Amino acid sequence: MSELSDLYQEVILDHNRKPRNFRVIDPATASQEGYNPLCGDRLKLYLNVENGIITDVAFQGSGCAISKASASLMTEAVKGKTVDQARALFEQFHHMITSPPGSPLPEMGKLAVLSGIREFPTRVKCAGLAWHTLKAAVSDQPVGPISTE
Amino acid sequence: MTTATAFDVRAIRADFPILDTQVYGKPLVYLDNAATTQKPRSVLQALTDYYTGSNANVHRGVHYLSGKATDLFEAARARIATFIGAADPKEIIFTRNATEGINLVAQSWGRANVKAGDEVLISGMEHHSNIVPWQMLCAEKGATLRVVPILDSGELDMDAFARLLTSRTRMVAISALSNALGTVNPIETITRAAHAAGAVVLIDGAQAAYHMPVNVAALDCDFFVMTGHKLYGPTGIGVLHGKAALLDAMPPWQGGGDMISSVTFEGSTWNVLPYKFEAGTPDISGAIGLGVAVDYITAIGMDRIQAYEHELLAYGTAALLDVPGVRLIGTASRKASILSFVMEGVHPHDLGTIVDREGVAIRTGHHCAQPVMDRFGIPATARASLAMYNTREDIDALVGALHTAKKVFG
Repeated sequence: MSELSDLYQEVILDHNRKPRNFRVIDPATASQEGYNPLCGDRLKLYLNVENGIITDVAFQGSGCAISKASASLMTEAVKGKTVDQARALFEQFHHMITSPPGSPLPEMGKLAVLSGIREFPTRVKCAGLAWHTLKAAVSDQPVGPISTE
Repeated sequence: MTTATAFDVRAIRADFPILDTQVYGKPLVYLDNAATTQKPRSVLQALTDYYTGSNANVHRGVHYLSGKATDLFEAARARIATFIGAADPKEIIFTRNATEGINLVAQSWGRANVKAGDEVLISGMEHHSNIVPWQMLCAEKGATLRVVPILDSGELDMDAFARLLTSRTRMVAISALSNALGTVNPIETITRAAHAAGAVVLIDGAQAAYHMPVNVAALDCDFFVMTGHKLYGPTGIGVLHGKAALLDAMPPWQGGGDMISSVTFEGSTWNVLPYKFEAGTPDISGAIGLGVAVDYITAIGMDRIQAYEHELLAYGTAALLDVPGVRLIGTASRKASILSFVMEGVHPHDLGTIVDREGVAIRTGHHCAQPVMDRFGIPATARASLAMYNTREDIDALVGALHTAKKVFG
């Protein structure tokens, strides 16, 4: 149970029940679709980027608690950040969820609630979906829908 | 005595070494049999015996071991032919799996017989393996893929089937048992109607083969595919059954060794059935292992397995419906022991992770049947699929784990 309760912490369950920034931005300066074909999770991410700063970010979609909470927490984390800061945060987050259990974690603030995912390798893609979608949305080259497979 | 007590599930469980496994410190409760079944000791032993005492290539050498390997390989083919009621072992083509059997028919029979304007009729509950090969064929030939819709119960809409089956229908390819819904389809009716319309019939028996008796001769289907690893046999071996007259008329699919009668640079001639469709060294140990698996099932009796599993299904259905918020997807009147469900407030993927930590292995996702998920307006389901070694205690463990999930999600 302890690893399970590490994974499904109250913050995650709360963000699953009441995802933040769960809406459409119209018009948005960028939007990007993400899809996890293995479990059917889908989301669409909307961004307003002005002078290199993410002034607004929102998402819509359906998925498991982990993917939804991760997307919700991500929108809170990157709003107001520069695109470069968001990219750096992607790298840190990716490291956090894929590093071996027990290894030291970077300082991640509120996002650290998702560090429990390290104990559940089959769920890493759920947590990563929103972040990979964000990375594609702020890419210099236009890319098609992002798939975790 | 009832069938359930006469059916000694404890003795059967003792034949499956993996069922003693502990996961996360809890006894394994294996409920993912629709994905693959576990293997009895006799099958595992047969693989070891083959490699330690009989390993050689088949149909080639004059030496002792090659003869022994060939005998074992061909004896397995004959036993599998008997198991599914085939008229002749030469109608049994070894493939890698059911998927390869369907691809063989789509590519060989399909390319030779399906033309622009023709139609291939499948159902809305097919596994991707019985959709995509036909899509590829139809795209290549300018033919049209038609789909029999599913009713809310998870049964095929047979009125729609009757409308969709026309003189343009060249092939009807339908699963005997849906892996995502558990529905047992009326393949006898479908086969008769299709033949009356002049169509050829392929039955996907990947799920049916381990849940119910199969007799391809009585059914009169033209092609039947199944896979060994769902039939308590090894992975990597599958079977295509085809009527000899059809197989004889079909061009070879893959070229290579064993499938030829003679080869010169000017041209080659083809071997007889079944070898015409078995290019290259086959999965010899897999075929032998599958033969032993079939013996194992036959010794217990497929009728008794079916009756036992049916009781388990009834128990499991009632137990799941007792869990608040659980909704079954697939409530056909004729079902095999597959329980697909969703639970209010808990996504199937989260459910899968939580019950896994309780030692319960279920499948979550679209079960390689995305159109079924779309039909029911859900992204995924959780699926508990029961085999002959499962017990009521296994179902109780699943129900307990579902209550844990409810607790986690408040």
